[in-house]
Amino acid sequence: MNPMANPLINSGAAPVATPFFFYLLAGLSIVGALLMITRRNAVHSALALILTLLSVAGLYLMLYAPFVAGVQIIVYGGGIMVLFLFVIMLVNIERVSRERQFNRMWPVGLLASCALLALFLGALEKGKSLLPDRLMQIPEASNTQGIAALLYGDAGRMGQYTFAFEIASLLLLVAILGAVIMTKKKI
Amino acid sequence: MVPITTIHYLVVAAALFVLGVVGVLTRRNVVIVLMSIELILNAVNLNLVAFSRMWGNLYGQAFAIFIVVDAAAEAAVGLGILIAFFRNKETIHVDEIDLLKW
Amino acid sequence: MLNELMSYLGSTVPPGIAGNQLWALIYVLVVFAGVSATVLCMNWIERKVLAHFQIRLGPMRVGPHGLLQPFADALKLLLKEDIVPAGADVAAFWIAPVLGLVAAFTVYCVIPFGPSQAVTDMNIGILFMLGVSSLGALAIVTAGWASNSHYPLMGALRSSAQIVSYEVAMGMAVVSAVLMTSLNTKGIGTLSMIGIVEAQREQGVWFLFKFFPLGVLAFAVFAIAMVAETNRAPFDLPEAESELTAGFHTEYSGLRWSFFMLAEYAAMIAVSSIAVTLWLGGWMRPFPNLLSGNFWDFVFSLFPALTFGGLAAMAFLGTTRMPPHPYFRIQKIGIGVFAVLLGLLALLLLAIAIGGRGDDVNIAGRLREGVDYVYWFLLKVAIFMYLFIWYRATWPRYRFDQLMAVGWKVMLPISLGVLILTAIVGVVVS
Repeated sequence: MNPMANPLINSGAAPVATPFFFYLLAGLSIVGALLMITRRNAVHSALALILTLLSVAGLYLMLYAPFVAGVQIIVYGGGIMVLFLFVIMLVNIERVSRERQFNRMWPVGLLASCALLALFLGALEKGKSLLPDRLMQIPEASNTQGIAALLYGDAGRMGQYTFAFEIASLLLLVAILGAVIMTKKKI
Repeated sequence: MVPITTIHYLVVAAALFVLGVVGVLTRRNVVIVLMSIELILNAVNLNLVAFSRMWGNLYGQAFAIFIVVDAAAEAAVGLGILIAFFRNKETIHVDEIDLLKW
Repeated sequence: MLNELMSYLGSTVPPGIAGNQLWALIYVLVVFAGVSATVLCMNWIERKVLAHFQIRLGPMRVGPHGLLQPFADALKLLLKEDIVPAGADVAAFWIAPVLGLVAAFTVYCVIPFGPSQAVTDMNIGILFMLGVSSLGALAIVTAGWASNSHYPLMGALRSSAQIVSYEVAMGMAVVSAVLMTSLNTKGIGTLSMIGIVEAQREQGVWFLFKFFPLGVLAFAVFAIAMVAETNRAPFDLPEAESELTAGFHTEYSGLRWSFFMLAEYAAMIAVSSIAVTLWLGGWMRPFPNLLSGNFWDFVFSLFPALTFGGLAAMAFLGTTRMPPHPYFRIQKIGIGVFAVLLGLLALLLLAIAIGGRGDDVNIAGRLREGVDYVYWFLLKVAIFMYLFIWYRATWPRYRFDQLMAVGWKVMLPISLGVLILTAIVGVVVS
């Protein structure tokens, strides 16, 4: 698809995002991720992950994706992290926080991750020329409607992702049943 | 200040992904491993939404919503497994969960 | 800057949309100060109203009729010793009240006090409000954990389980109200708060009365769920003093406890605002279609002045009924001054109502319209606040298993049923 043929690219609206907010949110998310993987106390890790998730929601807002940002805050921030905090409180044993936190293979893991990072940065460097040089403007006001049209379909036809949407709801049902059955004491 | 392009977002997503991978590979606490997996999924989401903005259509955002749904389901099931296992053997260290049956 | 100041007065969109940063900042400060002042007033009103329900007088000593009691409480809380329990998780102990306060206050960015009297209008307004208020549950869990004591932990786990359960029913009720917005002429619904009130204005009916009884049922589900969301009676087992010694904020004292109290009252006002915006027509005056025309517009625009005039009259009555003992002289003067201030405010509102009557183009008319919109919105929210206090005074509290049973077995099926029926009726009607 030729990006220059897209009529949205010539809308010429002023960008909402300033570099200051981008660097702030990106920095917060990376700091949160670093704190999360290094804390001894699991509750501190969970709080750091909440910081990361909220910063990523802010980054979504800067990318003109308000609906995904809203979904991120509700599902991740209000749902998944509460679940994690509950489980941390259920399984937390005092002696755990005094034992060894990193496993024996940590140099190998770190080395492999550095190799992965080098691979990613190399791929980004090489592929830079493939990306179009202007960011498009997605109309922000109809973001929810656009996603609804993809997920539910409009004007009487099925959307492109309607079937996948139904499968996703079935997936959630199966996950709920599985989690309930696994945590019951007597089946 | 260089204007913020898609590459900036992709670099942030790559950094988050690698930090998540480090968390999965090096930590012993199962809950922190599961949280690192959530971080990996978030990095992928950021990538998708950045590309959706780049191309100007909403397919990336719709797929990102599916990934959020999937991450929620997986967190629930993973934590359920953890609790069920914790009931049998009182440990939350990954390297102590190494027997299929005892 | 003067340009920015003046350009807002003629605009029809909130300053956040118009890019007017000065007015957006002014609105943020005004809303923040207003909510804090309202929480102080709510403290006094709650104690007085509860007392009068229980046929006693409440605080009478600190100021005339206890009017300065909230200030004394705030001063005491600020000066109290900052106790951190032994073995508590210090980082989490510090972060939890701040997180709760931030979550409770951030939602005020999208609350519409009028069609252009809001900080901003996000096009995912209601989604944002639901999401950010669900971050409050995180603050409660963190607070309970950080206190390193079993009563707070039990209270926190119960409280957050309750919040998460009733959030589901609340979300379904909200979705059924949002569905009704799509029955307007364009056929497109909206999630923005201002858009929802505009949809009610276009369809000429408050969503409370739409598709009777579906609107009422959705509103009832939301009204019950919002009481459970904010941990207020009758769903206040996690923080009731006779059960769990104040639950998750047991170990918090002084300024930190006041953060939790601020967060609780701010969350109450926020969910009441959601209910008012979604079902009760937001800033619209009652009977805009039945009693329309200049005369009725003028009559309804006199209501702010009449309300404050009534309050001034009550304060004046309090002045005259003070005992004639010299010890009460200062209190008499105090309440007299209060009555005079309320009277001056009533006169000012009367001047605005008379000066701007009949027109909506130049500045007096716009000022009157703005005052009217904000007044009707705040009046409806104040009714909800009074209802909160009434519930607390009247009903016994639910046991925790009964609470969870109601949340999952009664609220969720009813809200699902209302949602499906609303969708079916909406498709059939349009």
